[in-house]
Amino acid sequence: MKHIYIDHAATTPIHEEVQQAMTEAMKTQFGNPSSIHQFGRESRKQLDDARTTIAKSIHADFPSIIFTSGGTEANNLAIFGTAYAYQEQGKHIITTQIEHHAVLHPCEELEENGFEVSYLPVDETGRISVTDLKNALRDDTILVTVMMVNNETGIRQPIEEIGQELKDHQSIFHTDAVQALGVEAIDVEALQVDLLSASSHKIYGPKGIGFLYKREDIHLKQLVYGGEQERKWRSGTENTLSIVGFKRAIELVLGEREQRLSHYRLLSKTLLEELTQQGVDFSVNGNEPYRTPNILNISFPGTDVEMFLTNLDLSGIAVSSGSACTAGSIDPSHVLKAMYGSDDERLRNSIRFSFGMDNTEEEMKLVAERIKSIVDRLTNL
Amino acid sequence: MEDRSNIRVVVGMSGGVDSSVTALLLKQQGYDVVGIFMKNWDDTDEFGVCTATQDYEDVARVCNQLDIPYYSVNFEKQYWDKVFQYFLDEYKAGRTPNPDVMCNKEIKFKAFLDHAMGLGADYLATGHYARVREQDGQIEMLRGVDDNKDQTYFLNQIPKEILPKILFPLGEINKKEVREIAEKHDLATAKKKDSTGICFIGERNFKEFLSEYLPAQPGNMETLDGEVKGRHDGLMYYTIGQRQGLGIGGAGDPWFVVGKNLKDNILYVEQGFDHEALYSDELHAVDVNWLVDRDLSEPIKCTAKFRYRQQDSGVTVHVQDDGSVNVIFDESQRAITPGQAVVFYDGEVCLGGGTIETAYKNQQALTYLG
Repeated sequence: MKHIYIDHAATTPIHEEVQQAMTEAMKTQFGNPSSIHQFGRESRKQLDDARTTIAKSIHADFPSIIFTSGGTEANNLAIFGTAYAYQEQGKHIITTQIEHHAVLHPCEELEENGFEVSYLPVDETGRISVTDLKNALRDDTILVTVMMVNNETGIRQPIEEIGQELKDHQSIFHTDAVQALGVEAIDVEALQVDLLSASSHKIYGPKGIGFLYKREDIHLKQLVYGGEQERKWRSGTENTLSIVGFKRAIELVLGEREQRLSHYRLLSKTLLEELTQQGVDFSVNGNEPYRTPNILNISFPGTDVEMFLTNLDLSGIAVSSGSACTAGSIDPSHVLKAMYGSDDERLRNSIRFSFGMDNTEEEMKLVAERIKSIVDRLTNL
Repeated sequence: MEDRSNIRVVVGMSGGVDSSVTALLLKQQGYDVVGIFMKNWDDTDEFGVCTATQDYEDVARVCNQLDIPYYSVNFEKQYWDKVFQYFLDEYKAGRTPNPDVMCNKEIKFKAFLDHAMGLGADYLATGHYARVREQDGQIEMLRGVDDNKDQTYFLNQIPKEILPKILFPLGEINKKEVREIAEKHDLATAKKKDSTGICFIGERNFKEFLSEYLPAQPGNMETLDGEVKGRHDGLMYYTIGQRQGLGIGGAGDPWFVVGKNLKDNILYVEQGFDHEALYSDELHAVDVNWLVDRDLSEPIKCTAKFRYRQQDSGVTVHVQDDGSVNVIFDESQRAITPGQAVVFYDGEVCLGGGTIETAYKNQQALTYLG
C-alpha cells in the first residue's frame, strides 16, 4: 500500500538541501559561538550568517532575531515577556478564539495571574474583524496577538490592517507566523508588527528551532536565564546545527515560494475536483479569497472525525483534524467552533489536508478514491 | 500457518497487561491487528494529570513493540449516559449496581464493536478471560480456563448475535501465563499492576466519590425488631451482607447489613455472618439475556453465580411470560443483592444472565429493599 502524507501543517520532512547543509555543518564545526577561540569564531560566523539571512527574509535587522527552540517557545516569550515587562502600563491583552494553543494557553495562564484577556470572535469565513479589535482596545491594553495564517483552516488574518490600527496605540503587536512563513512574503515593516514567531519544521527545516522577531525598541522579560546568549533574551548555547538548517530552509522558501504556491493550488484544485467526480459529499471550511493554498479543511457530512481519521490512516493516508491530540481526546476543533458555533456538525466531521512539495496530482486521485470507499462504508454501516 | 494477514482484528487496549498480551497473541497468529484505546472517563486531577494519558502511552509503547498501528476513541459521552447514569440511578434506588456488566453491554460490545466494524474489522478482540466456541452449528460463550479469572459473569449481557465477531485469546490460558508471556517478550506493561475496583473510581475512596454525585441522607441503623443501633451515613454506601464500616461495637458476634428500608431511610443490621435474615431460597431477575438457543418453556436445571468469583450453586430457572426469571435455589443463599447480576451456566457454557430484582424466602420478599 502506498502511504501518502498530506499533513505538512503538522510538520514537514527535511529538504534534501537542508540535510546537506546540516550534514556539512555537523562534520566541520562544533565550536561554542560564545568561545573566544578559533573554533568558537567559526561557529559564530555560521550563526551570524544565518541570522543575517533570516532577518533579511522578513525585512528585519540583524539584532532583531532571537533564536528559540521553536514556535511554541517564541510565542511564550512574546506573550509572557511582554506581559511581565509592560504590566505597569496595563494588564489587558487581546487575542483571538482561533489561535494555536501555544498562544491560548499562555494567555489563560496570564488570566490566572491577574491579567485580563479578550478573545476576538471570527465569522463563518474564519476571519476576525478589525472593528471588533477596535472596540476591544483599551487604554490599558498592552498586547495584541493575532496569528497570521490559521493552522487548521489556512485562513489569513488581516495583519496589515491591525498593524495600521495599532500604530498610535501603546499596545505591542505580536503575530504567530508559524503557518505563514512558507507561504507568505513577510515584511515586518509593512505589517507594522513588533513581535513575530516562526518555526523551522513547518518549512522543510529541522525540528527544535524557531525564532522570535523583536523590534529593537521592544522590551521583554526573559523566560530563560543563564549565559545571556541571544542578547540575554534567550540564554542557552545556540543550536547552531539546526540554525544552519533553518537558514537553508528559509533560503529555499525565498527562491521557490511562487512555484510551491502554484503546486499547492494545483493539488488543492485536483483533490476537490476528484472528490466531486467521485460523488463524495463535502464542503470546504473557510472561504477562498483568504485561504492559503496549502491547507484545505474539508467537512464530510455523515462521518465521524475519529473513525474517519483512523480509517484514512489504515488506508495509508496521513492527515489530521487540526491540532494534534493525545489519549483519545480529539476535542472538537476550537477553530471550527469559533466559526460555526459549538453545535455545528462540521466540528465532528472535518479533516485538514495540508499539501507539500512532494505531493502529486496522482496522489490526490488516489486519496479521493480511498476517501470515497471509506465514506461509502461509514455511511452504510 | 494459515494466512490471516487479510483478517483485521481490532483489539480494545487499556494499557494493561491483559490487553497487551491479547494483541501480542493475535499478532503472533498472523492477523492484521489494530490496537484501539478507549477513553471512557475524564479523570484529570487538580494537577492536570490524567491516568488515561499514561495508559495511552503504555498502549503506544506496546503497539510499537508489536509493530501494529494504534489509535484512540472517545466514548466519554456514551459512557456517562449509559453506564454512569445507570450507576447513579441504581444507588439512588438503594441497589448495588454492576457498572462492569453495563460497560460491556453498552460500550465495549456495542459502541466499540460498531467502531471496530467501521474500521473494516472482521473481529473485535478484548483481554477478557472467556472463550467463544462453535459446536454443532451453535456459537457459545464458555468460561475462561483460568477458574480464578473467568470473566463470563461480566459478559452475561452481551447479545449472542455478536459472538461470531468476538475473539477472546486469553480465555485459553491463565493469568500466570499471561504475565509470563508479557515478561518473555519484555512488553512495556509486563510488570504493570492490575487495575482494581471500578474503573472510574480507581484508587479513590468510594464513599467520597459517590458523595460528589449523590446527596447522602444519614439515618438510623436498626435491627429488624426496630431497636436503634446507631446511625448510617446514607443507604447508598452499604450493600447487603456488608460487615465493615458499621461502627457497632459491643459483645457478641459482629454486625452485618441485612436490609434497607428506602421509604423510612433505615439500614437494617443483625448480628452474625450467618444470620437467617441474610438467607433466601429464590430470586426474581429482570433484563434477562440468553446466550444460547434453549427451550424456555420448561424449567432449566443449571448452576448460577450471584456475584463475581463465587462458586456455582445449583438452581432451577423458570422463565416468565414477560421474559423475566424466577430462580429457585437448591440450597439457600446468603446475601443475594439486588442490582447485581445472576449468571447461569451449564458446565463450561455460559447460558446468559439477568439483573437481580428481589430475593425471596418462603415466597416472602426479603426486606433488602423496602
